[in-house]
Amino acid sequence: MNAATALAATLGVRSEFKIPEFLPSGLPSLDRIIQGFPRGAISEIAGPESSGRATLVHSLLASSTAKLEVCAYIDAGDAFDPQSAAASGVSLSQLVWIRCGHDAEHAFKSADLLLHAGGFGVVVLDLSRVSDRILRRVPISYWHRFRLALENTPTILALLERDAQAKSCASLILELTRKQAIWTGSPGFHLLREIEIEAGCRKPFRPVTASFQAAALG
Amino acid sequence: MFACIHLPAAPPAASKALRDCAESFSPEAELSAPHTILFDVSRLNLLYGGLSEVAEAVARHAASMGFEANVAIAPNAETALIAARNFPGITLIPEEAADALANLDIENLPLTPELWQTLEAWGIRTFHDFARLPDTGLAERLGEAGVYLHRLARGAVDRPLRVLQPATQYEERVDLEHSLTELEPLLFILARILNDQCERLQSHGMATNEIHLVLELENRPEHARELHLPVPMRQSKAILKLLQLDLEAHSPPAAVVAVRLTLKPVPPKHVQNGIFLPVTPAPDKLEVTLTRIRALVGERNVGVPELLNTHRPAPFQLTLRQPDTPLRWTDSPPAAPRIAFRYFSPPLAAQVQLDQGRPLRLAAGTIRGNVITSAGPWRTSGDWWSCNPWDRDEWDVSLNDGALYRIYRDPKAAWFIEGTYD
Repeated sequence: MNAATALAATLGVRSEFKIPEFLPSGLPSLDRIIQGFPRGAISEIAGPESSGRATLVHSLLASSTAKLEVCAYIDAGDAFDPQSAAASGVSLSQLVWIRCGHDAEHAFKSADLLLHAGGFGVVVLDLSRVSDRILRRVPISYWHRFRLALENTPTILALLERDAQAKSCASLILELTRKQAIWTGSPGFHLLREIEIEAGCRKPFRPVTASFQAAALG
Repeated sequence: MFACIHLPAAPPAASKALRDCAESFSPEAELSAPHTILFDVSRLNLLYGGLSEVAEAVARHAASMGFEANVAIAPNAETALIAARNFPGITLIPEEAADALANLDIENLPLTPELWQTLEAWGIRTFHDFARLPDTGLAERLGEAGVYLHRLARGAVDRPLRVLQPATQYEERVDLEHSLTELEPLLFILARILNDQCERLQSHGMATNEIHLVLELENRPEHARELHLPVPMRQSKAILKLLQLDLEAHSPPAAVVAVRLTLKPVPPKHVQNGIFLPVTPAPDKLEVTLTRIRALVGERNVGVPELLNTHRPAPFQLTLRQPDTPLRWTDSPPAAPRIAFRYFSPPLAAQVQLDQGRPLRLAAGTIRGNVITSAGPWRTSGDWWSCNPWDRDEWDVSLNDGALYRIYRDPKAAWFIEGTYD
């Protein structure tokens, strides 16, 4: 019996050690370093434009809907493209899409309602088109509330954003960077073929990064 | 014993009068065709003295209503039906149904063309010929349908009547002693009505998917609301919450003096979840949640995405329904990751500097840069025959900061950034 367990036993605190569950992201190179997205927790996917954040989110949604789960996409910036999501394998019929019309407050309230309703596999809160000025005003209590709502549920709250916001309340923070875009054809007759993305895990910190490619729509 | 009234020549609207005629003898009647009705007369011989007296009384009553009817009484409903259709006047078949029907042509049986051809080939012409065939051999050759017809020809099909039950109404009206201007006291009244009606639904094994609420107002026309639920429900709390959210969004314009609530009954949806299937949102709870969100972001902004079969830009729409909860695993292999696209809504007006027809510099708000690589123009157009055509030249461009955008030029030579590859 270690000291912490002995202290808990002395104080009459019930030890609740749980083995965390993970949902694979659908990208084997990334899953090798993070195991997958932790269930019952907040995961942040941060990066600049064209850094592959939405590609990763689509892959996560595809992985969840393939397990027959129902997912939700809270679209604060009306940016979601169902066509490319379907091409990535997302089962659109299992996805609730909420367009918030550039209103971050509505997006947060919708997320709160969905998380408390329960039963979702992945809830994506897309804040990437919300200005930094508004995001800086979001009180930390919001993220605590989300974290508590997620506890002991199989739901993943995936935040899609430019910079990490939930920070201490998040169990996983991924920072994506674009490596390169690969074009085919000769000068004057180019065609976008694929993009290469690099993902670094900032929380929990991993010294190695993962690279993955995403092909253009056919 | 069953009686059948058949009207060989009757006006098309005779069925209601026929039902009235049958109901004057028995409360339970089956209208098997517009001109044919069946009812139970088992106990009527105690009242009239015998079956023939019952049959005569039925014929007399039909005649008094202006019908020239065939009346048949038989031990079972199907025999009474066949007899009334084929024998004029009054027919009594006390016991031996097979003998009574023996001379009828087999055309009077509900035969399929194939069965009729088969029996024709076997030389079967009458019920008697058919009834003489052995059961086992018939079952081997004609199957279940043949056995049923054989029993029908022998007058041996015994079935209960398919009685028409008047539809149960789940409706209640409350006239208020004092007019109400606030929503909260109105909700107390709605809660009481809903509790009663949902209990009735539950006791009848039914649920509802349509709720009609009519609020009668002071010096104003009625305020009517309709809720269509995506799944049948009978939980009064969930329905009350939906009504509350709807009334908050569409409040009555004047004081309420009376409330009328109607629930449309439908069979409940039963889903048997598998032990290895993931937990999905409960339909009633999800509907309440989505209704709350609709009240926030607008009714047209919550639903399930659906792709459209068109080449038009942004080929999708948002369908206002609940997500599916599939019950079977699919064996399709996981799809390879594809570059996701993200829209600017609305598209960003841009300034594009061209060099030999190709984008050289792009500027739109905070997005500025030199174009490093571009692919295009992809010229698309369509729906020119409709009032909503599209016509554009699209380019995929990568800027010097590495960002990838899809830009387009409309027919008026204005440039826009449609979105970004992310």
